[in-house]
Amino acid sequence: MTNHSPPTLDYHLSVNGRQLDVQDAWIGESLLYVLRERLGLPGSKGACEQGECGSCTVVLDGRAVCSCLVLAASAVDSEITTIEGLGSGQALGDVQQAFIDAGGVQCGFCTPGFVVAVHHLLSAHETPNDNEIKEALSGNICRCTGYGRILEAVREVVVRRRKS
Amino acid sequence: MVEINLHDRRPSSVVSLSRIDELKRYDVTDEFVTIGSAVPYADMERGTLADLLPALAQAARTVGSPQIRAAGTLGGNLGTCSPAGDGLPVIAALDAVIDIVSSSGERHVPFGEFMTGVKRNSLAPGEIIRSISFPRRNGWQGYAKVGSRNAMVIATASLCLTRSSTAVTVALGAVGPTIIRALDAEAWIAAQCDLSRPIAPDVAREFAERVAQSARPIDDHRSTAAYRRHAVRVLALRLLERSDV
Repeated sequence: MTNHSPPTLDYHLSVNGRQLDVQDAWIGESLLYVLRERLGLPGSKGACEQGECGSCTVVLDGRAVCSCLVLAASAVDSEITTIEGLGSGQALGDVQQAFIDAGGVQCGFCTPGFVVAVHHLLSAHETPNDNEIKEALSGNICRCTGYGRILEAVREVVVRRRKS
Repeated sequence: MVEINLHDRRPSSVVSLSRIDELKRYDVTDEFVTIGSAVPYADMERGTLADLLPALAQAARTVGSPQIRAAGTLGGNLGTCSPAGDGLPVIAALDAVIDIVSSSGERHVPFGEFMTGVKRNSLAPGEIIRSISFPRRNGWQGYAKVGSRNAMVIATASLCLTRSSTAVTVALGAVGPTIIRALDAEAWIAAQCDLSRPIAPDVAREFAERVAQSARPIDDHRSTAAYRRHAVRVLALRLLERSDV
């Protein structure tokens, strides 16, 4: 989606608790494109552009979705949380820290999508079992780690949250 | 959206239905379970809808990934009308009706008249799919699907079967230009045996063979016609055996 043809729109999106202006945007732009190219939020990654890989996962009105499959203009009035909205300032969130500690990050491209998916899982299920973790992450593809260390990272977050 | 992302389509206008709350609700009466066209599959996987329509829940659980099930809907399956749409065999086997509205009124179309071909339906310009009405039905119902793996898979063949004490209905997905009802096999088994009793193995095998013969599969990038027909035979036998409860 590089060349823009009319019609174009101006609208606001509510991302990570902030109202952001989108100006002169082609109506067919995906939420992923708008986040990355118009709103300066490149944490969500684009790979397959067809909902297979999960690297663009964001939370939209309480549901984890692939932002590449959401028409950005249809997300007006929705609450959007991206990877940039997790953690606080420069400090890593506990899910991010656990991914590092467990070695669940190699090339890192899929990591934002996984971290959002794990946050979303743990916001609904405080103590998921392995099957529930695998099911919740079945829409996120990692081609480096083989998933074992990612699974370990999620287990570690559960343990640490229970202790604190 | 995939077609836009992959540069196959550039819409000049878009009408978003995402803020119409009526499309996101479901309603249960004595006669029908009516599901709004924008209810996501995630809401059919468990809970009230899954209790009322277990075959639909089984189909919903096989759709894409959690992210896809949070966004995907029966309305989307019907609007697209891909023969591999996971919800469509359930709609067909349960004799559901598509509730269509436009500024000039509404009409209620049986699914068999709604889907007219590969990615074709009888929706007219200006019409939207409001809901899908499933007649409430006693008896057993189930759905099964074959693909190249378990997660995130588009169906190579899919099948929904319902059974009451007097009738069996079977609908096939991904093995023809439309969803196919195996009417010959349905009529044959109803005439052949008492459906309130366990079904004899030779009758079940003959039934599965007749269901397989009703498929109209093709060779394509996902599978071969011969494999698809075999898969239909296996799925029909498997679901008929499961219905012996």
